[in-house]
Amino acid sequence: MVTRGLTKRFRGGQVAVNQVDLEVPAGSIFGFLGPNGSGKTTTIRMLLGLIAPTAGTVELLGQPMPKAQLSVLPRVGALVEGPAFYPFWTGLANLLRFDAADAMADPWTRKLRAGEALERVGLSNAAGKKVRAYSLGMRQRLAIAVALMQRRELLVLDEPTNGLDPQGTREVRLLIRELAGDGTTVFTSTHLLAEVEQVCTHAAVMSQGRLVRQSTVADLRAELRPRLIVRTPDLGLAAQTLSGLGVTDLKQSADTVDGDPGELPIDKLAAALVTADVRLHGFTLERPSLEEAFVALTGEGFDVAE
Amino acid sequence: MSAEVMEVGGGSSPSTAVARGRHGTALFWSELHLVFGRARTWVLLGVLAVVPVIVGVAIRLSGSEGDAQGFLGQVAGNGFFLIVASLALSLPFFLPTAVTVISGESLAGEASLGTLRNLLTAPAGRSRLLAAKMVALAVFCLAATLTVWLAGLIAGFVLFPVGDVVLLSGSTVSLADGLVRALGIAVLIAASLIGLAAIGLFVSSLTSTPLAAMAATFSAFIVSGILGAIPQIDVIHPWLLMYGWTSFADLLRDPPYWDEIVRNLLMQGAYLAVFYAAAWARLTSRDING
Ligand SMILES: Nc1ncnc2c1ncn2[C@@H]1O[C@H](COP(=O)(O)OP(=O)(O)OP(=O)(O)O)[C@@H](O)[C@H]1O
Ligand SMILES: [Mg+2]
Repeated sequence: MVTRGLTKRFRGGQVAVNQVDLEVPAGSIFGFLGPNGSGKTTTIRMLLGLIAPTAGTVELLGQPMPKAQLSVLPRVGALVEGPAFYPFWTGLANLLRFDAADAMADPWTRKLRAGEALERVGLSNAAGKKVRAYSLGMRQRLAIAVALMQRRELLVLDEPTNGLDPQGTREVRLLIRELAGDGTTVFTSTHLLAEVEQVCTHAAVMSQGRLVRQSTVADLRAELRPRLIVRTPDLGLAAQTLSGLGVTDLKQSADTVDGDPGELPIDKLAAALVTADVRLHGFTLERPSLEEAFVALTGEGFDVAE
Repeated sequence: MSAEVMEVGGGSSPSTAVARGRHGTALFWSELHLVFGRARTWVLLGVLAVVPVIVGVAIRLSGSEGDAQGFLGQVAGNGFFLIVASLALSLPFFLPTAVTVISGESLAGEASLGTLRNLLTAPAGRSRLLAAKMVALAVFCLAATLTVWLAGLIAGFVLFPVGDVVLLSGSTVSLADGLVRALGIAVLIAASLIGLAAIGLFVSSLTSTPLAAMAATFSAFIVSGILGAIPQIDVIHPWLLMYGWTSFADLLRDPPYWDEIVRNLLMQGAYLAVFYAAAWARLTSRDING
């Protein structure tokens, strides 16, 4: 899946997606990150041909969208912006309808496939219940079941774990791994950075409509430089010693000094502190989480950018 | 598109068997299921079925023929005419209301539920989805008039004597012949509703609020009626949606008088073509944000 200069300007002038060049390698599990309102769902809508880009192109499974949508989309499972169903129908009836809408879907195995999809998302017992009576998490699971009705080459999931309980989140994680193991490419937007660290091979970060970062998760992690954290009552002395040894970016808090040790050998630093009579209450090397990298890329502000 | 073989993957479970070719009709059946699988649809049909019963019981209880003109005046003498009278009485209000509700819901309902995006990513194909919606609307129009026909038949036979039918042209035909002609009338009236259904479909493609679509469609119907009632603008009357709606009665002549019937069918076809094309232009270019 490749996008080139993908841009969406809504009526009213807001540029929700701005010159986005995504490259999702076949076989990857691709985490699509970004704060609320950063343009993830808008990008996904353009990927699937639901809205027309103002500029730029989308290639899905090697074919141009939306031109080739009727031949490409049967090979793509999609969940866009939360679950949407006929509340007056059962979960099973909903699945059957969306499968019937795909002319390439085999009608003879439809019921069977629906049963399997429901089982995979743990909804077998609620299959005959009206969707009106489903909880949020059950609807979300049903939406995932829609994407799983057929064997897909690509899954595009917009916040698939939204509203799921811990078991459900775990199941989805395992499911994504399992599907990827079978060769399905998975493109998923999410706010759960721990999930990205655990399952994704690649990640991209959106901020205010722009793609600010795109790389493998391994590369992202490698760039996160570990920080040395020294817990001590002798703050000034510790900082002075570390600085003398070449530790940079030193910061002090109430009872810790922390800094970037670079390539310096950690054991030597500890020995030097002890030699300098710094009372060590703690000495740790912490690898920052993806969350910190994310905040560094997208800014600290809590307010939704407009 | 040619029939393609789609590899659905290996493995032993039945769902991973190889699916072949296209199954384009499934969506059409699914649309019918959507329209006729809803309580609302059956309430509308139920109301239509009640029309002949109320008319029949009222005439029966009054015990006289009164000075009713036309079909109503003949009901007490021959229950057959309850069918025709009920169809004629449903035409100005009940039938258009039912068609307005169902057609206004068609696309706007999907948009408001968000199911439109599931259908389009399935992918249903926008043109094909629109065709399925229109076909389902046409089937509903027919189901509505056949409901009145059947309810009129049952109520007419239960409440009144039945027998040979005296046509408008004065000649007499057998009851069976009459019933077939009444069936033809039901089909013609269903066809008369197609133009309105197409307007509803178009309006429904404009909005994500089903109620707004219904209100707008019904307003278009009312405005058309008002224009038809203003004699000063009678030059435009022949082009109004309802101008040929009463042409069905010409089927009760011997031989039937086809001119007005054919003209009405052509008019409905023209309304269908225009508003279906407009709905298509709208749906195929619309951003699906819901
Ligand atoms: N139909 C629309 N018309 C106008 N503006 C829109 C429309 N849809 C989205 N936007 C705007 O585009 C921006 C991006 O929205 P989008 O839904 O893509 O964000 P997101 O990254 O999916 O956020 P979240 O994490 O909350 O799901 C937002 O500022 C939103 O207000
Ligand atoms: Mg979103």
